[in-house]
Amino acid sequence: MENFTPFSAFLGGTLIGLAATLLLWLNGRMAGVSGIMHRLLNSPKSEWLWRFNFLIGLVLGALLFNWFNPGFFTPRSDYPYWLLAVGGFLVGFGTRMGSGCTSGHGICGIANGSLRSITATLIFMISGVVTVYCIRHIVGVGA
Amino acid sequence: MKHCLAALLSGTLFGFGLSLSQMTDPNKVLGFLDVAGSWDPSLAFVMMGALAVSVIAFRFILKRPKPIWAEEFHVARKKSLDKPLLFGAMIFGIGWGMSGYCPGPAVAGLGLGNPEAFVMVASIYLGFIAQGIWARKCFKKSVTVDA
Repeated sequence: MENFTPFSAFLGGTLIGLAATLLLWLNGRMAGVSGIMHRLLNSPKSEWLWRFNFLIGLVLGALLFNWFNPGFFTPRSDYPYWLLAVGGFLVGFGTRMGSGCTSGHGICGIANGSLRSITATLIFMISGVVTVYCIRHIVGVGA
Repeated sequence: MKHCLAALLSGTLFGFGLSLSQMTDPNKVLGFLDVAGSWDPSLAFVMMGALAVSVIAFRFILKRPKPIWAEEFHVARKKSLDKPLLFGAMIFGIGWGMSGYCPGPAVAGLGLGNPEAFVMVASIYLGFIAQGIWARKCFKKSVTVDA
């Protein structure tokens, strides 16, 4: 538990909650990142632009943070790229099939009291834990 | 135009929050999912922080007749659990555990100049496209079975 950072985690979380609140209050939209990413592929122009701006904002927010806190984030360097690519593919496939990710189900859906989102969040948490267990403690990669 | 400004503002706040909470750090994410190793529960606090705001705020907002700058709220109306939801969530969890990134941090990671983020975003889009093709095939099959 030497890396335990509850305060910055909670504070960052409240910013994420505020971001989701702002998008619903002003635009009537849910801040589900996988949905917003996916709909860039097939939205009409009027719908496309706000989604693009949201994603640009995500990049910009991280950029700003990095600018205020240089050296806070150091990228991982020794992780196998094939594992990353297969993982990314499954993240894309699964979030589309299950209509949401950590933000859409885990934050917006749960905040909206949706049984589907509560169930989805429990399932992806459990399958994430089982996957990390297998990779780190059975196969022995990345531990 | 107003929509775009709101989305940009929301996205920026979101990306800043993801970075501050270290959701953008795959080691942190995998440390959270690694309950059998040296477990780091920090990321549970991200969810608590986000829900502390949104659970209360959504209640008030959704009582209003409509959003400030739009005609209606776009909220999922589906209530029932179905196989795509359950299997999709399971597959997403596997990918999350393999990579250490969910979609938001993958995109935000581009702003941190993280080379892994580029691989993630590209492979997430490949997954989207593959799922679309696969779903269309299944749909066709079930139509022919029904006929």
